[in-house]
Amino acid sequence: MSLISARNIDFSYTEKPVMENVSFSVEEGQIAAIIGPNGSGKTTLLKIINGTLFPDAGEMLIDGKDTKEWLRKEIAKKVAIVPQDISIIFPFYAEEIVLMGRFPHLNNYRFEDKNDYKIVFEAMEKTDTLAFARRRFNELSAGERQRVLIARALAQEPKVLLLDESTVFLDLKHQVQFLTLLRQLNASEQLTVIFVTHDINLAAQNADRIILLDCGKIYAIGNPAEVITAAHIKEVYDVESLIDRNPQNGLPRMTLLT
Amino acid sequence: MLLIFFLLCLVSLSVGSFHIELSHLLRSLAKALTGSFSITSQEELIIFSIRLPRILFAGIVGAALSIGGVIFQALLRNPLADPYILGISGGSALGAIVGILIGASSFYLGVPLLAFCGALITVFLLFIVAGGTRGALWDNSLLLSGVVINAFFSAAILFFLSVVDSLELHSITFWLMGDLSRASLKEISVAAICLFAGFALLYGQARKLNLIVQGEETALHLGVDLEKTKPWLLILTSLIIAVVVSLAGIIGFIGIMVPHLMRLVFGSDHRLLLPAAALFGASFLVLADTLARVILAPAELPVGVITALCGAPYFIFLLKRKAT
Repeated sequence: MSLISARNIDFSYTEKPVMENVSFSVEEGQIAAIIGPNGSGKTTLLKIINGTLFPDAGEMLIDGKDTKEWLRKEIAKKVAIVPQDISIIFPFYAEEIVLMGRFPHLNNYRFEDKNDYKIVFEAMEKTDTLAFARRRFNELSAGERQRVLIARALAQEPKVLLLDESTVFLDLKHQVQFLTLLRQLNASEQLTVIFVTHDINLAAQNADRIILLDCGKIYAIGNPAEVITAAHIKEVYDVESLIDRNPQNGLPRMTLLT
Repeated sequence: MLLIFFLLCLVSLSVGSFHIELSHLLRSLAKALTGSFSITSQEELIIFSIRLPRILFAGIVGAALSIGGVIFQALLRNPLADPYILGISGGSALGAIVGILIGASSFYLGVPLLAFCGALITVFLLFIVAGGTRGALWDNSLLLSGVVINAFFSAAILFFLSVVDSLELHSITFWLMGDLSRASLKEISVAAICLFAGFALLYGQARKLNLIVQGEETALHLGVDLEKTKPWLLILTSLIIAVVVSLAGIIGFIGIMVPHLMRLVFGSDHRLLLPAAALFGASFLVLADTLARVILAPAELPVGVITALCGAPYFIFLLKRKAT
């Protein structure tokens, strides 16, 4: 049984269908990438996976159970999402934001205990956010906010991590740090990762499995070598590209031809 | 904070149109605390049967309105929201007035129940009017709907006022402006029970509120069951507000000022914010009510006048600051 599996999902916000007959599955311990042009339904698909949105038809299963039947708290213990960016009106410290990642693990009247603080501390250490723990979230730069949100997701101790363009604002050093962290967690704790990105090379170099979306339908799905081809890129993105191999690992590498 | 509240209560007990020496006051209080309770002098009569209930009631009302403000501001993610602006107070008041006019006051808790119905109808209307939109739009249209509903209720209240005979008119008018002097001990204890029970239940939702203020999507992602949490919060808060409004009338601006001030001092963590707002709101209203009693002594101002006089400029200040 797959950890995450979508079966014939249809979805629409209004009349216009956003998702049509989408089926795929992700196994435990896999790193999967979702790519596709603007408006192809990438973020929507992430929200359907974690049950924020429910499909109009078809079913979305986590551990074989429909997301409609899961309690929200139980999903949040299993699946964490790092959103693109959030703005909040009321002032919170970065540290408080990360601490909120512990919410699904706590009862209404229980305060966080030592163990919770330890987990939060480690999550902030791993994401290099301890330096601004006591600064207001709103006053941080976009990249810093992104790292705080990553720390919050880690504090949830999820089995599945969903990332929505989570590296766009990170500088090179923090990108490398984050990707290394993901691989470590993937290797040591069988963390399953599903990430949405515009960066074809990021997907090609890091994912075991790539889902290429086009207008709410799955255009291609498979390992990087199968999905990242000049023909696919031309067809979906309408750009010419050169695909060669990364000499270090043999994975596909794309250069845009202008 | 608790200390400030107690000190304020002491001061408030001693001043008024009949001044009581602090030493006498302390002696009487000590006597009451040690169990030998009997009213022996005029001073003690004033302390225990007039001022003390009134001060306790002011504290309860202040705390309730402030808590209401905290919850509504969190739910709408808008620091300008409060039960007054959203029309919940107006709805409760209308319910209460209808109750008074049809003679529900002869039934035990008849008026508060009708006020609660009024508040619930308002919440219901808010959702219908603002329904169909989502996200930030939803928040704004909810606030706008509140303003519209509030205006409608005010008109309805004025209509009722113009048809009742003049004897009831004065007392209803005074009550509408906020009047802490009319509640009986029995009613005060009902309000106190509602407040403490409501607070205890709401406090359990504090962590959820922290997530809700960051946006509904974030709350969902982190495991808040919004479908259940939001109606639960609205109904609980409406209940507290309705009880208070039915007994004390409309006292504006506390619900807006207190949460905001407390957020400046204590940050936005609702586990701290809720008790802080409750205590500060209680202190603030005790102070305002004391002023209302003292300024024109022996005549009294409605306490709503004092809070609105402080609150309106503060509201404008907030708006200005938000714009820049």
